[in-house]
Amino acid sequence: MIALLRRDLRLAIRAGGGFGLGLAFFLILVVLVPFGVGPNSDILSRIAPGILWVGALLSCLLSLDRIFQLDYEDGTLDLLATAPLPLEAAATLKALSHWLTTGLPLTIAAPFLGVLLSMPSGATFWLVASLALGTPALSMLGTFGAALTVGLKRGGLLVSLLVLPLYMPTLIFGAEAVRRGAEGLPATTALLFLAAITAGCAALLPFASAAALRMNLR
Amino acid sequence: MSIWEYANPTRFMQTSGKLLPTVAVLSLLCLVIGLIWGFFFTPDDYRQGSTVKIIYLHVPSALMAINAWLMMLVTSLIWLIRRHHVSALAAKAAAPIGLTMTVIALITGAIWGQPMWGTYWAWDPRLTSFLILFLFYLGYMALWAAIENPDTAADLTSVLCLVGSVFALLSRYAVNFWNQGLHQGASLSLDKEENVADVFYLPLLVSIAGFVLLFLALVLLRTRTEIRIRRAGALVARERLS
Repeated sequence: MIALLRRDLRLAIRAGGGFGLGLAFFLILVVLVPFGVGPNSDILSRIAPGILWVGALLSCLLSLDRIFQLDYEDGTLDLLATAPLPLEAAATLKALSHWLTTGLPLTIAAPFLGVLLSMPSGATFWLVASLALGTPALSMLGTFGAALTVGLKRGGLLVSLLVLPLYMPTLIFGAEAVRRGAEGLPATTALLFLAAITAGCAALLPFASAAALRMNLR
Repeated sequence: MSIWEYANPTRFMQTSGKLLPTVAVLSLLCLVIGLIWGFFFTPDDYRQGSTVKIIYLHVPSALMAINAWLMMLVTSLIWLIRRHHVSALAAKAAAPIGLTMTVIALITGAIWGQPMWGTYWAWDPRLTSFLILFLFYLGYMALWAAIENPDTAADLTSVLCLVGSVFALLSRYAVNFWNQGLHQGASLSLDKEENVADVFYLPLLVSIAGFVLLFLALVLLRTRTEIRIRRAGALVARERLS
């Protein structure tokens, strides 16, 4: 298991494309927003939590088709399916390595990008907490979407269509937690809901992903 | 005599062929009676004026939009558990109808919202969750269209339907948390003393019956079409082999 995780991480970092791309996309999105809505810091600080969350979500989408596609093409996925390691565990590890290469860097980068959007300093804690709790669910759901479309030639756009509605609750609770935190309202409820979604995804979605992979490999 | 007999496509074709004209005629009858009664023979509401009459389209279509997804969930489960092809095809057949019902509900709601709320669209929980349902239908149909092998497509869309149901329900209650509602409460429910006033209630029930029958007729028709497409494909394949 550890070996698979290390292999995936090494591939993501050395092969290029996956690791830096999401982060760069996030940066560009955040830089573009002030040009779109104007440099007024009142408006920017009000929309900052939402923009950062939507940005994190879109950056997660960007690298989804890389989760299984390369392994499917060179046959690694067939080996994984016949290996003694259950396919559910492999799906979990794929989600984990996707999170380590996209969700975690995004979480770390978000407070610095928040400064660009003049986000109130009180919200920084809530932003980091909500991203840290919420992005694992995004990776988990993304792995499920990637598993559904693994056999398709041009699955990239389809994955977005399948996965975006699934992202809705996570986005709602995540952005709501930061918004309430920024306004000094109690935000713990939203965070707890977010944690519940992530825990539920971690418990159930590997089974759905593995089932979808088996159907695609049959 | 059990429902599983209809897992046999031949039996299904026989029975649905007999049933289809009856259901279609009944649905037409109910729709004509319900809508004409509703539009021309009920009084205007004292506050909403004549705009209240859109209820005869809005409420039944919204009801069927949700129930179509529910039907897809049940047929997907039957496909995953018992692997009856008719069931998978029925789920495929129901999706575009559900999508259309969702669109009708959204559009009639927007037409009603403009004079009443002063806006075509508000990010109200009910409206938002219907928009999300619309996206779920789109994704489901796109996945059916994208995969060539029919069995794999049925498998994957069924799994998507199961996971999607959980998240659609989750979104429905998450949006409550996110914004307070503008939309009025349920027009009809079984456990309430009083629903909408009786003058509106009876024609509404008739048009709901019309929409249910219409949905049934369309699902039967489209499932029969899917079965015929499958048969035609099998015939072509056999020709090519020989």
